[in-house]
Amino acid sequence: MYWELELILFIFLLITAVIALESKDLLVASVMLTMFSFLMALMFTTMGAVDVGFTEAVVGAGVTGILLVVAIYQTTYKTED
Amino acid sequence: MTNRSPSPIVLLGTRFLSPYIMVFGFYVIFHGHYSPGGGFQGGTLLAAALLLIRIASGTKLAQLQFKDYLARPLAAFGVFIYFGTGLLALLMGGYFLDYGELPIPGLEPAYLRYWGILIIEIGVGLTVMTVLTLIYDNMVKGEDYA
Amino acid sequence: MIIAFTLLLLFAASDLPFRGDPDNQMNQEVSMTGTPVPGNYYIQEAYHDAHTPNIVTVILGDYRAIDTLGEQIVIFTAGLITFLLLRNRKEGEEDDE
Repeated sequence: MYWELELILFIFLLITAVIALESKDLLVASVMLTMFSFLMALMFTTMGAVDVGFTEAVVGAGVTGILLVVAIYQTTYKTED
Repeated sequence: MTNRSPSPIVLLGTRFLSPYIMVFGFYVIFHGHYSPGGGFQGGTLLAAALLLIRIASGTKLAQLQFKDYLARPLAAFGVFIYFGTGLLALLMGGYFLDYGELPIPGLEPAYLRYWGILIIEIGVGLTVMTVLTLIYDNMVKGEDYA
Repeated sequence: MIIAFTLLLLFAASDLPFRGDPDNQMNQEVSMTGTPVPGNYYIQEAYHDAHTPNIVTVILGDYRAIDTLGEQIVIFTAGLITFLLLRNRKEGEEDDE
């Protein structure tokens, strides 16, 4: 029904996932994972599962981002691979 | 990480933003019967409001808002609310977690189920909020980011 | 390797039914083995049973309440495990890993 919107969301999902995998800076990777979660929540809402989308937006884009940033502050920014 | 000075702009911004997130969390819990939401989402929003203050203002100021030794008893109390509701329905002659048998006088079973769902959502929200705050407090123990 | 896997997934996805089609197998009243589907009952009787307009809340909180209890106990156990693993950082500096 909304296939144009879903196509744009899929393209941005692929871009954020590839950047999160290929980035050397772990902070960039965690921010990209947060954006991936938010786009995934938008896709769930487009499919009609509003409760699942709300849970994904709150947990994936809110609390997981905070916990990942705290974990990066306590270890290191850079990755070897 | 040692030479960072506390920024008053960040502190003021989070102090402005945090109560609204908290009110929205309570709205999500108590309005979960009519709109999307429920105990899990509302509890996570409340935990996000607490964690914003904890990140921006440091440990000493955040202890005034929510003491970290309160987290574990409140999490256990949230589980106890859920389990106690089910056990009370079991003792009153129904099945386990059958809200139609709860001993609240003057209500028909459909509205008893309504209030039973609300009670267990409060329990779930309390547990999720305190557990997420507990995880953050244990991760940053001994260091201060303000 | 990645291209071959992508082609395999696209071949598998091309046989899936369309989303939201009322003739799908998961939207029928009787399942593939001949037993009635409980989702049908939930959609018809959820408001009459609990006077709650949101069907998802009724299913999670009433019909599948023990499932939600297990989920809550999992979260509580995760919090307790992080507390037990990370607690010794403060007072026990000598028994470092």
